[in-house]
Amino acid sequence: MLEKLNDLELEFLRQIREIDQIDQLNDLRVKLLGRKGEITQILRGLKEISADQRAEVGRVANEIKERIESKLQQRSGELKCLALDERLRAETIDVTLPGIPFTRGGKHPLTQIREEIQDIFIGMGFTVAEGPEIELDYYNFEALNVPKDHPARDMQDSFYISEDVLLRTHTSPVQVRTMEAMAPQLPVRIIVPGKVYRKDDDATHSPMFQQIEGLLVDTAINFAHLKAVLMTFAHRIFGEEVQVRYRPSFFPFTEPSAEMDISCVNCGGEGCRVCSYTGWLEILGAGMVHPQVLRYGGYDPEKVSGFAFGMGIERIAMLKYGVNDLRLFFDNDQRFLEQF
Amino acid sequence: MGVSTNWLKKYVDYTWSAEELAHALTMAGIAIEGVDDVDGDKILDLDLTPNRGDCLGLINLAREVAALTGTRVILPEIKIRESADDINSYIRVKIKDPDLCRRYAARVVKNVKIAPSPEWMQEALIHSGIRPINNVVDVTNYVMLETNQPLHAFDYSLLEGDKRIVVRRAMDGEQFTTLDDVERHLGSSMLVITDGTRPVALAGIMGGQNTEISETTTTVLLESANFDPVNTRRTSRQLALRSDSSIRFEKGVDINGTIFALDRAAQLIQELAGGEVVSGVCDIYPHPQSPLTISLRPKRVNELLGTNLSTDDIIDYLQRLSLEVKKSETNDTLQVVAPTYRPDLQIEEDLIEEVARLHGYNLIPSQLPGGASTGGLTPYQAFQVRTRNTIASSMKEVINYSFINKEMFDHVMLPDDDYRRNALAIANPLSEEQGVMRTLLMPGLLNTISRNLARRNQNLAFFEMGSVFIPGQEKLPSEILKLGVAVSGQSDINWKVSPVEWDFFYLKGVVEDLFQQLGIRNARFEAGTAPGFHPGRTAVISCGEEEVGILGEVHPQVLENFDIRNRVIFTELELEKLYNHATPRVMTESIGRFPAIERDLAVLLPIEVPASKAVDTMRRVGGPFLHDVLIFDLFTGEGVAQGFKSMAFRLTFRSDEGTLIDEQINPVMEEIIEQLEEKLAAKLR
Repeated sequence: MLEKLNDLELEFLRQIREIDQIDQLNDLRVKLLGRKGEITQILRGLKEISADQRAEVGRVANEIKERIESKLQQRSGELKCLALDERLRAETIDVTLPGIPFTRGGKHPLTQIREEIQDIFIGMGFTVAEGPEIELDYYNFEALNVPKDHPARDMQDSFYISEDVLLRTHTSPVQVRTMEAMAPQLPVRIIVPGKVYRKDDDATHSPMFQQIEGLLVDTAINFAHLKAVLMTFAHRIFGEEVQVRYRPSFFPFTEPSAEMDISCVNCGGEGCRVCSYTGWLEILGAGMVHPQVLRYGGYDPEKVSGFAFGMGIERIAMLKYGVNDLRLFFDNDQRFLEQF
Repeated sequence: MGVSTNWLKKYVDYTWSAEELAHALTMAGIAIEGVDDVDGDKILDLDLTPNRGDCLGLINLAREVAALTGTRVILPEIKIRESADDINSYIRVKIKDPDLCRRYAARVVKNVKIAPSPEWMQEALIHSGIRPINNVVDVTNYVMLETNQPLHAFDYSLLEGDKRIVVRRAMDGEQFTTLDDVERHLGSSMLVITDGTRPVALAGIMGGQNTEISETTTTVLLESANFDPVNTRRTSRQLALRSDSSIRFEKGVDINGTIFALDRAAQLIQELAGGEVVSGVCDIYPHPQSPLTISLRPKRVNELLGTNLSTDDIIDYLQRLSLEVKKSETNDTLQVVAPTYRPDLQIEEDLIEEVARLHGYNLIPSQLPGGASTGGLTPYQAFQVRTRNTIASSMKEVINYSFINKEMFDHVMLPDDDYRRNALAIANPLSEEQGVMRTLLMPGLLNTISRNLARRNQNLAFFEMGSVFIPGQEKLPSEILKLGVAVSGQSDINWKVSPVEWDFFYLKGVVEDLFQQLGIRNARFEAGTAPGFHPGRTAVISCGEEEVGILGEVHPQVLENFDIRNRVIFTELELEKLYNHATPRVMTESIGRFPAIERDLAVLLPIEVPASKAVDTMRRVGGPFLHDVLIFDLFTGEGVAQGFKSMAFRLTFRSDEGTLIDEQINPVMEEIIEQLEEKLAAKLR
């Protein structure tokens, strides 16, 4: 009996070396250790063996059973590893193939710039005010201290619907509309984004474009406040490294009036084609609200003061994105829009 | 305008380089765009703001330079030897329209010898961009550049009639040949200088050929006058004729500088053309204008600028500009006299700007304003941002002009009585292409698609958010914010999965996703028709009882009108209506601890029964446990009875109370099937 056990183990060791499939391994396990397995049979038949041999045979049989089981387990682990390796090898993909394209949209570059500008001013406590694109002559000109005979009020420069209705030429009418609605409350702290219209059409002028207007009216607002707010804006949108300067200018609805320049974003102030070799770029007009405009808005210029500013969104976008033809923004070519 | 610094130096003694001067002037509001070198003379390229037309005269510009450099202006000394005879025996002047001609002054210089002007004068003119002609004409130009007062010289002997200058409005249809050899057709709004019989000059703009100075001229009538800026500009524009003279009158010329310039010109003609100046000036000046005195409170200066300037500083800045400042004994208010050559100085704030300018804008402090205030967007503005952000995740935003060609209404097949044909017309459009204000977004987006396809750009998905303009009873139209989306093509081809065709259902999915993001839960899509859309492939979108938009395939005829060969799916939605139907985010629902049960149901439905009816029926009958109904298959044709379509639904049941069992679901499924069969003539497959 001991010999038989020995033979069984030798035979097992020979067979297990040849096995390379998990299911064959299971067959082998069943053949030896299953309910009717050969070793199971021997262990079950122990009681028929003579008592003096029984203990010895039982011990050997159990030892062999344990060895076989451990060997089966070990081999099973090895085979699983091999199978996994094989699967992984088979599943190899060409990672250099492109991913599945996904249809991505995007906001128009002018919208992106507008939102960026809006966010900067919202961060400084401004709210967003809006007004009609088709406007009364009164709000577009008269209430902004633009006299009746001003060249801007000629048909040559503005689109008219009727004698006293036109496409607004700037976002400034919303200044007076907002003041009228709010007076005498303070502060008035608004920015006004929107489309405006002028009779021009070339590489640097479009008959429709967008502006952002700002207005801050409160007690004791002064030119120093204007400077700080606009410098903060310039730094946020063009970077902390840009230099800012202010020059006197002229607008009918502000006095004193100013223009703000920033150091050229292209050359850093060295002088280049973008800045016409001056090192500076004009980016916005501003000033202290003209007393007449405050009066039109319903405020007493002796008691409150304010500053206002306005800029072209296209101009900022052209500088930030290096676009040299304004018309590209309204041409809506997919190849242009995809770049933003 | 080019300013010769060699010439400028005659009126102000400064030591700065031209570049330093250019910078200082620019920073003081007199913009110098560049500095050129012409034969050793530095030329400043002057770009003036409209309020500072006075600086077109060198003497006025010199006042700015003097103020900046701390020097004084040197005015030319005028010496005239007058002859014994009296101007009144030579010429009389009558102004018939004093509203347009506020002053007219004349002198006569006789026995002149016409010749080229001396080299220094020619050089000065050339460097200023003016072509030398002869000594008399050159003098008038020279003095104009010097004083900003345009002058004109007539050949006295060519004046007809009884030597009378009459300033009057032209007659309609009156003809007149200007010095540039062009015959002008005048109108009654224009002002002319006549010799009593015929026009001899177009007031303030250009002289006439009939009295031009020539080599044979011996007696010169010099005109120094003041014409209305607005009328000068309008006439100049009507005739498309701008001159150095008209440019100056448009911006305003000092009415009290008339005689100085006239005398200066007489002096130079005498010196350079050997003339004798006839004694006296003929000067018609009906309403003499005196300088304005403006009050200025030093405290107000500092309040408005945020500075801390002393009264003496303020007085100093004003005096440097040659403004007369009177200090009151009793209070702090200064009285400042604004000379008539500075018409831009009208109110206290104008003087505050002068102080700020001279002090330097960049030396004014910079200080963020105090006072807390809450910035941000209104809920409706935030809704617009959310709408744009959502739609922009799959569509590219475009911006089209708000004006369109009114032919577009035919292109998109609007019926004759459609309210959107009643568009606001621009009275003076750049072209018919931009003739009317848009009343719908479809034409702009279809043009965008068409243009892109023509450039071989494929697979287009665009949206636009913008106003349309609908006239009503009010003076101003309603401006209605719309969202338009147009898609054409399919998702990009690739090596792995089939592209998704951008058809009706693709765009519907985009819109449904938008509604979900915006919290719009009551939207319905129902078969409908609308101008410009495919009659069998269009849905009217409603929320509650309100129509909020339209979604469909664009009508093939419309596509042809836009030269588009591909199918286009289009939707237009009204933002404010969507906003009104958007509900705030609800509290989060529990995700359900108990497993859901799914049941698939395949039925044959009569082809004309819309899917929504079947789904509605299931939802109505499905009871509280029916969580979702999904359509996962649809086909017709082979294997499906004529007049029917085969549809497969997956119904998901779920309860928060416990795991559902068949006994709970089966009766519901039976009821659903019964209702489908009964109400919709469906057959179970």
